[in-house]
Amino acid sequence: MINNFVFEPDMAAKKITVTREFNAPVEKVWKAWTEAELLDKWVGPKPFKAVTRMMDFTVGGIWLYAMIGPDGQQFWVYAKFTAIENGRAFSSVGMACDGDGNPLPDSPKSYRDTKFSPIDGNRTKVGMVITFEDESTIKMFVEGGFKEGSAMSLDQLDELLALE
Amino acid sequence: MRRDVFQAIADPTRRAILTLLVVQAMTPNALAEHFDSTRQAVSKHIKILTECEVVTHKQTGREIYYHVNPEKMKEIDIWLERFRKMWEDRFDQLDNLLNEL
Repeated sequence: MINNFVFEPDMAAKKITVTREFNAPVEKVWKAWTEAELLDKWVGPKPFKAVTRMMDFTVGGIWLYAMIGPDGQQFWVYAKFTAIENGRAFSSVGMACDGDGNPLPDSPKSYRDTKFSPIDGNRTKVGMVITFEDESTIKMFVEGGFKEGSAMSLDQLDELLALE
Repeated sequence: MRRDVFQAIADPTRRAILTLLVVQAMTPNALAEHFDSTRQAVSKHIKILTECEVVTHKQTGREIYYHVNPEKMKEIDIWLERFRKMWEDRFDQLDNLLNEL
């Protein structure tokens, strides 16, 4: 199945555009992106598992979740929904936090706009724009990942991923 | 102060300097001619690029030539590649989930 995965970084604009097609109708794909019990099943990049502690999918509501690694290491993420157009699009801002949802000091923010559109054959196209507040979001990964070797980089990457 | 490859590319003048140096090594004077800003401003950017290790210099006779350090520039590609792979994996997991729904 062709999924037309596109990943287009624009480092000058601190922006990455990602698009992907899914073999399911918009309603299903929307559910998978907006309901905690479904999100937990796919957003944890192996070997990490995502565990939602709180989800309030409303404008101004938050999604508080952890990425839990095989050794039990936890990266908590605080994402706030800033706009929702039901079944079509939503926007969020994310940052690293502690287990109670308090943002970590100096945690850089990243912004995500996600759009869903129906395509032929009962399929769905998802388009996402991830914008980094500054390069320090990336720096966290670079400093952890490149200086301390590959084992560390996976942790750092998840920490970073969690931020968008 | 932070000095890494992302700091290097965070400024439009520095990106322009890197673009010029990718084509050929240049002296500070030759570089400065490409910009409206003062020589001091340009050399400040070159200093940052050097500290970020994306630019190195070599003495040739009486002239200093600046070169791009391609190894350092690769860090950006490596990061992006990992980020891309992570999204690919996530989406594959989402495909499986959608099949089950």
